[in-house]
Order: sequence, then C-alpha cells, then structure tokens
Amino acid sequence: MANKRIMKEYAEVTNNPPAGCKISLENEGDMNLWNVVMDAPSDSIYAGGHFKIVIKLPKEYPFKPPVLNFKTKLYHPNVTNDENGSMCLGMLRPDEWKPPNKIADVLKLVRTVLAAPQPDDAVEQGIADQYKNDRKAFEKTAKDWVSKYAK
Amino acid sequence: MDSDDEAMSATTSDDGFGMEEDSMSFGEGSVGEIDMDEPDIGFDTQEKDFRPAKKAYEVDFTVYSPSDIQAQQDRQIEDVSNIIGQPHESTAILLRYSRWNKERLIESYMDRQEELLDKAGLGRDISGPPKIKKVNGFMCDICCEDRPGLETFAMKCNHRFCVSCYRRYLVQKIQDEGEAARIKCPGDSCDKIVDSKTLDLLVTADLRDRYHELLMRTYVDDKENLKWCPAPNCIYAVDCPVKARDLGKIVPTVKCECGYQFCFGCALSDHQPAACSLVKKWMKKCEDDSETANWISANTKECPKCVSTIEKNGGCNHMTCRKCRHEFCWMCMGVWSEHGTSWYNCNRYEEKSGSDARDAQAKSRQSLERYLHYYNRYANHEQSAKLDKDIFLKTEKKMTQLQSSSGMSWIEVQFLDAASQALQQCRQTLKWTYAFAYYLARNNQTEIFEDNQKDLEMAVENLSEMFEKPTDQIAGLKVEMMDKTAYCNKRRVILLDDTAVNLKQGNWAFNVEMS
Ligand SMILES: [Zn+2]
Ligand SMILES: [Zn+2]
Ligand SMILES: [Zn+2]
Ligand SMILES: [Zn+2]
Ligand SMILES: [Zn+2]
Ligand SMILES: [Zn+2]
Repeated sequence: MANKRIMKEYAEVTNNPPAGCKISLENEGDMNLWNVVMDAPSDSIYAGGHFKIVIKLPKEYPFKPPVLNFKTKLYHPNVTNDENGSMCLGMLRPDEWKPPNKIADVLKLVRTVLAAPQPDDAVEQGIADQYKNDRKAFEKTAKDWVSKYAK
Repeated sequence: MDSDDEAMSATTSDDGFGMEEDSMSFGEGSVGEIDMDEPDIGFDTQEKDFRPAKKAYEVDFTVYSPSDIQAQQDRQIEDVSNIIGQPHESTAILLRYSRWNKERLIESYMDRQEELLDKAGLGRDISGPPKIKKVNGFMCDICCEDRPGLETFAMKCNHRFCVSCYRRYLVQKIQDEGEAARIKCPGDSCDKIVDSKTLDLLVTADLRDRYHELLMRTYVDDKENLKWCPAPNCIYAVDCPVKARDLGKIVPTVKCECGYQFCFGCALSDHQPAACSLVKKWMKKCEDDSETANWISANTKECPKCVSTIEKNGGCNHMTCRKCRHEFCWMCMGVWSEHGTSWYNCNRYEEKSGSDARDAQAKSRQSLERYLHYYNRYANHEQSAKLDKDIFLKTEKKMTQLQSSSGMSWIEVQFLDAASQALQQCRQTLKWTYAFAYYLARNNQTEIFEDNQKDLEMAVENLSEMFEKPTDQIAGLKVEMMDKTAYCNKRRVILLDDTAVNLKQGNWAFNVEMS
C-alpha cells in the first residue's frame, strides 16, 4: 500500500518538481532511494552551489520519516560535518513527522533551512556558535566550501 | 507530634481515593500488620490512637497492584467527569495533561475552558462519538488508496484517513515508540490527542492492553506519591507520602509485596541509615576511587608486626613501618636484619626520608586510609550480603535435613529461616552504617552511634558463626540461635531508631553538604 503512495509522490515531483530541485532514482527500480540535486536559493550564502542529497525512504514510510543525507560537503550548523551529512530537524524528527507529510514538503523545508540556518537547533555546535558570534567568518567558510565542493 | 511527623504521616486521601479493599497495605512499614481501611478525612485521628507507636525510621506506605492503580485512575476520571461534564475519555486526557492534579484541573477548567481544551489536545467541539464510515470520492492522504467502499476514520478534528492507515499509525506509536498518553492525530500539524474511545474502535485487544499498560506507567510516573517497585519483573507500585524535600530528614524505606525492601526516595535497595544524598555521594566516590583502591591493594602490604598498612615506595624492598618502626623485606615480608646489605637501593630511600614530598604523600595517604577503612568494611558487608542468597538456599537445605534427622517439624525449624533473614537485613544495615560513618563529623552523638554499630556487628558475626555449624549440631543450638536472632534484630532497631531520631532532629554533623 505504501508503494502506491511512493509512486504517486514520485510522479508528482517529477512532473512538478519543488523549486530548485531535480529528482531521480539513485538506482533504477528502487523506489526507496531518491537522488536530489538542489540548487541553493539565490539569496542565500550558498547561492551558486548545487548540492547532492540522497533521501532514503524507510520500509515503514510514510509512518516513519525519510532519512536525508547531503552527499555534497556543506558548512552549515544544521548539517553534520561528516561523511553522512545528516540533517534532522522539524518534520524530519520521528516525533514530529506525520504520515501525510510529503518529500516535497521536506525539500521545501531543506531549502528554507539553507537560506536561514537554525543555530538553536544545531547538530554542529561549533558552527552554530560561529554563526551567532562571528557571522563574517562563518559566511567566508560557507562560501569557500561552496566553491570548493558544490560547483 | 512535631511538624515533620505530620508531613510523614499524611494520608493519600487528598487524591480522592481511599484504599482498595483488596490492596495490601502495610501500615508502619512492617510486614503482616494489616492497616485497616483508611477512613475518610476527619476520622483518622481516632484511628491513629490505636496504632502502636511508630519508630523514627518507619514510614507509612501502601502497596498497590496494577488493578488497584487502574481502579484509582478510573475513580478519579469518574469524579472529575461528573464535575466538569466531559465524557470519560476526554476527562482522562485532561487529567493526564494536568498530571493528575484534580484541583488545578477543575480550577483552570472553570477559568479558561477553551484554552485548556486546546492545550490538552481536545478541541472544543463536543459532537457525537467518532465512528468508522465510508465517504464517497475519498482518497487517503497517507496510502493514496481511493477505491470505493474504503472504511475511513477521523476524530473530531476531521483529519480523515483510511482505517488501515490510522490503525498502522497507532501500532507504530504504541508498539514501536512506547507512546500512549500523548499520541497525536496523524493529520499534518494537528495536535489533537487520540483518546481511548478512538483506540478501542481501531486496534486489537493486544495493543489495547499495551496502551493501558503504558498509560498506567505514565500515571505512576506522574504522581510524586507513587513509585514502581524496582525489583525485576515486579508488578506492584508503592504509595508513600514522603516528599523529595524531606529526604534530608528521613530515609523512607518501604517493603513491596514481593518482599523487596527499597528506598522510596531514590528507588535503590534499602540503605538505612544513610540518607539518599549521602548514598549518591558514596557510590560516586567508590566508583571514582576504585582505581586508587585497586592500586592501594596492589601496592600496599600490612606490616608483619603491627598490621598497619605500608605503601611500597619506589623500588626499594627495605621497608620500615611508619608506626612501629619494624624493618622488613617487601619481597618476603621477613625481618630486614636477616638480609644483610645486599639491597643497595635502601640507602637512597633513607636519604629521602623527612622530605616534603613524603609528608604530602603521607597526608593524601591518610585521607585514603580513612576512606579505605570505611570502604573495606562497607565492601565486606556487601560481599556477605551477596552471599545471603547462598546462605538462604543452604538454610532451606539444612532445614529439610534437620527435619528428617531430628524429627523436628517444619514449624520447629523455622528458626533457621528467621536467623538467615536477620543476617541479611543486619548486614545490609551494617554496610550502609560505614558509608554513613565516612561522612559523619564527630560530635557528642557519634560515640553512641559507633557503640551501636559495634554491638550490631558483634551480634551479627556471632550469629553468622553459629549458622556455619554442622547440621547435626544445629538442632541443639536452637534456643541459643533464636536468642541471638532476636538480639540481632533488636540491635538493628536500636541503631536505626537512634540514627533516624537524630537525622530528623538535625543532630548529626556531616563533613559534606547534605543536598
Ligand atoms: Zn490509507
Ligand atoms: Zn487532526
Ligand atoms: Zn516488588
Ligand atoms: Zn534513597
Ligand atoms: Zn608496624
Ligand atoms: Zn626478603
């Protein structure tokens, strides 16, 4: 039954992709692993960057939230600075996720967070502190990383 | 009766439930003494006059079974439902939201009804009960199923999904996430709480049981006067009126129906006479110092002459006892003079004597020695307490042997069981007297305590020794053993009463903050 839902969602995002997103399947025939290339919002410090994101739909989806990993390195307080590039806030949290929520909503959320980091909900405390106390240095590194990894 | 006594003996009648007739209640904290039905407010003064005088270390408590607790909840829901005129399932949500504070709930219901209903996740609409129904042209927003005749469900918030998705959502919350009291409507951003009527309508009996079990967990966790018995697999909960703020003045020890005796304050095993805060400090210290303690036991020996502890200092094997000046060899513990001068290192050791370095070390050594003095005795009783189980099993075996060899009846060999239990309990108490003593600063009360401790320890070791006698001798020791058992129990009561009275009156001085 979840299959019908995933098929429908996938058809919707390919016909009418959320702003700045190109969506494909990571592997042919596997509906549970989505590949997203997200263009950072042009008014954000990540402008010009293209970020590869892999979205894994657990087998309990949509009763459990999707798992989201940035495959492109990103200097951001809400994304883990490791090989996972995990993001877990808002509706991505298991206790906040509701089954009617859609991947398209998740991608909208991600783009919003790219434009406006949420340092009080950080997974990288060091980056969050820098964001709050030394915005210039934060922006410099974030932009350097965009040109280094996200072009 | 002073104000502390008042606080300790307050009954739970303000919760709106008396005692269930089938509940076990051990007033005065001793087994077998059945506390009759708690009278309604206003009649308990008379009742109290008939109670035997309570010891200072005893607290009032009641043991409840899961069905008692369920009945308590139901009764409170019923009461409040009658007052505020909401159906039971909504009243239950309101009570859980207010953490079972009935008075506060009714007050805020009267003052700010709409706000309260919103915050508790109920909404204001009080239309008829939700039903499963078929809706023309419906598509489930979760599974995208839209076939005609699909059964659907929505609570009053009208977030409608197919029954199988609704059900699966509830299974996920209850079974996988262990959630019950705060399950929200599956609708996007909807905070409405799923009530028990909805649940009954949608899930299987198994899941419903699990749901009510989880609700009961929350109920007990939410109430300051209730705690689950921490013994593994025990199903009972204990009701005790002692509050967290009283814990510097009393060690509230309760005994569950399963036999487990524990502290209501911190849920650890019985730790009288040490107050909860001292127990916490002590356990932390033992953990922190276990390495040091290990090092000490590896690097120290006792002087062969006067038995005081000697630390090995550097590589030298020529040891001189600080206390009695006895000179001996670290390696063989033999007298040093027999070794001649073959260990040339020894001269250097002598040169260093009297230096500041060694003074400082002696000081830290002293505080460690003090700790070890108490720790070793604490650990010794703990070790013996661990053997209690073996002793008990041995006792049972001895009892059977005794029955067949001496022709004694079952009732006549019960003295061994009583002796074994006394040993266990006294050792537990003794163990904690050493933690207590470690933090105790000397004043004019300390000597009495130390005498009590010594008397109990001697009584216990005496009884313990008799206990180890061969079975054929034990029958002849019956009277003596019964006397010793009674004496041990009496010494324990005296020690506990003295420490508890002084704790209550604030007569102890401690060398740490009691917080
Ligand atoms: Zn559905
Ligand atoms: Zn809803
Ligand atoms: Zn128990
Ligand atoms: Zn305690
Ligand atoms: Zn000596
Ligand atoms: Zn030697």
